[in-house]
Amino acid sequence: MLTKLTARLEQGAVIVAGTNGKTTTTRMIADVFELVPWRVVHNRSGSNLVRGVIAAFVQRASLTGCPGGEIAVIEADEAALPELVRRVRPRIILLNNLFRDQLDRYGELDTIGKTWRGVLKDLDAGTTVIVNGDDPALVAISDSLAAKRVCFGLDETTHRLDVLPHAADAAVCRVCGADLAYHALYVSHLGDWYCPNCGRKRPELTYTGSNIQLYGVESLALDISEGEGHSHHLTVGVPGLYNAYNALAAASVAREVGVPWELIGQAFDAFRSAFGRIERVQYKGRDLTLALVKNPTGFNEVLRMLTAETGGLALPTMIAINDLDADGRDVSWLWDVDFELLARGKGDLYTTGLRGPDMANRLKYAGVALDRIHSLPNELPAGLDAFVEAVPEGYAAYILPSYTAMLALRKTLADRGAVDAFWEQ
Amino acid sequence: MTTESPRCLVVGWLYGTKMNIYGDRGNVLAIAQRARWRDIDVEIREIGFGESIPDDVDIFFWGGGQDQEQVAVSHDMQGEKAEQLRTSIENGAAMLAVCGGYQLLGHEYRPHNGEPLRGIGLFDATSMAGPERFIGNVVVNSRWGILVGFENHSGLTWLGEGVEPLGKIQVGCGNNGQDGTEGAIYRNAIGCYLHGALLPKNPALTDWLVEMGLRHRYGSADLPAIDDDLERRAHETAMQRAFTTR
Repeated sequence: MLTKLTARLEQGAVIVAGTNGKTTTTRMIADVFELVPWRVVHNRSGSNLVRGVIAAFVQRASLTGCPGGEIAVIEADEAALPELVRRVRPRIILLNNLFRDQLDRYGELDTIGKTWRGVLKDLDAGTTVIVNGDDPALVAISDSLAAKRVCFGLDETTHRLDVLPHAADAAVCRVCGADLAYHALYVSHLGDWYCPNCGRKRPELTYTGSNIQLYGVESLALDISEGEGHSHHLTVGVPGLYNAYNALAAASVAREVGVPWELIGQAFDAFRSAFGRIERVQYKGRDLTLALVKNPTGFNEVLRMLTAETGGLALPTMIAINDLDADGRDVSWLWDVDFELLARGKGDLYTTGLRGPDMANRLKYAGVALDRIHSLPNELPAGLDAFVEAVPEGYAAYILPSYTAMLALRKTLADRGAVDAFWEQ
Repeated sequence: MTTESPRCLVVGWLYGTKMNIYGDRGNVLAIAQRARWRDIDVEIREIGFGESIPDDVDIFFWGGGQDQEQVAVSHDMQGEKAEQLRTSIENGAAMLAVCGGYQLLGHEYRPHNGEPLRGIGLFDATSMAGPERFIGNVVVNSRWGILVGFENHSGLTWLGEGVEPLGKIQVGCGNNGQDGTEGAIYRNAIGCYLHGALLPKNPALTDWLVEMGLRHRYGSADLPAIDDDLERRAHETAMQRAFTTR
């Protein structure tokens, strides 16, 4: 059924995969397409397994089997990508990044890479594979395909990392096995990489992002150039360097489909975060910024964003860590996050969630002074209530929840009228 | 008033950048921090491919790697290097090896396909790829009291007769899912399947490693008690979650 419905899409289907940024990137692409205007079939609320994708199509399809849109943008879970590609036969596959995630669910990164490679090499020249050229692992699995490969990446002078974060798997040359080096490193193991031994290097980029401006937890701007052409200045209504990558990826997809730059710019400027990813909430007179933290790279990038201005946390911060299936049942990942940078700064740190105590202990070993670490009740909303109590009225604070903790917090905030329920968004 | 120069410890992190999945670096952090909180200077040295084992390491840590790295590491840890590591342990150095590192401390690891990977034979133990993956919270009764961690392995490890396990499984699968054992001990070396990371929420075990490291260097160890409130809470929570989830 899925194959039949997608075959009838006038403009075909786009599949988006990657560890981080799938939901945001998929929504950016869908927003651009809606301005064309196309009707977009889109699995909206993070239901990115095969079942959820079928549900999205069924909901839109007519009784006569028309798909109810001109184009589809499908967010694919790492494990679901192979089956979705086989069933949807997309026009474009976007591979955004591959980071360590919930290893208890997916197994090792190498295994995911091998499975993806298996799918990609069966594609014909009618498919375009858009790859983050800054990710050496993704470049390796998309080398010498029958399908067309297009790469995007950054050429950025300001926002660089000095050393590979602990969360990054050591990048090794897939040809000769030597350790890769970087002319510039941006996020985790993403950057302008090369092999000092055999000379392999980042491929030629078709879409290059540069001149990135980050505006706190609000927004960003960047320039994107296409091939040899002049660059386009874009403002994007979501913050953080990781969202510059998402915008660059989304723009690459839109351009490969032929959407003019003006529409891309319009859609990005009006773009707002998916629920819970990063969200500002007024609650009991406190100005709360919620930012989802779901794996080491995502957490590192959120910390980088929150500490960018002062080098440390300026505001009281609550970290809520659960260990349910959707969070990853193994909280070992907290030890891969570079919390050491929080040892600087003055903001107090509050911990809650089913594994709040693990989080508090992690902060202690990161060198955060004990009088800055406060253990709240593990249960939500009791943890939230205690935190709000601790933040004086009229003040701002950060809340960093893992996935199911975010759902629980949002539900509480929605029940109490502080945010819209997610199905209303 | 005495003016002693501060004590110091050398931690040797085997293949640090290559074998560091599942947050295992938390173990190195725990050893270093708990030593520093007792005013002991700590030097952390990574021991990588082609590098010999320095003879002044007091505490070794060897973590788990992905399959590809595990093969490369097993080829590197052979001959003289393996001999140096065995000698260090015979001379009283302490060690914690987790998952992949643990397997390579035995005689060999037999994968589903391909050649067996030779270990250094420190433990009289053999590992092989098993039919399923053991994933979940673990509770172990050990001579350091209850240990909590998280297992995630498809390899099965069988201990030879008379080999002391790290402990008996109370929750989880352990070495092989059958004989109720988890991990192995030889002299001051411990191998096991416990991630979590293990040491930060099992401070008694961490302190024992630090003590053995001090004895290795100074012949004696005096380790004052420190505040373990947050460690104790993390330990208790992990134990509760283990009983709730498995």
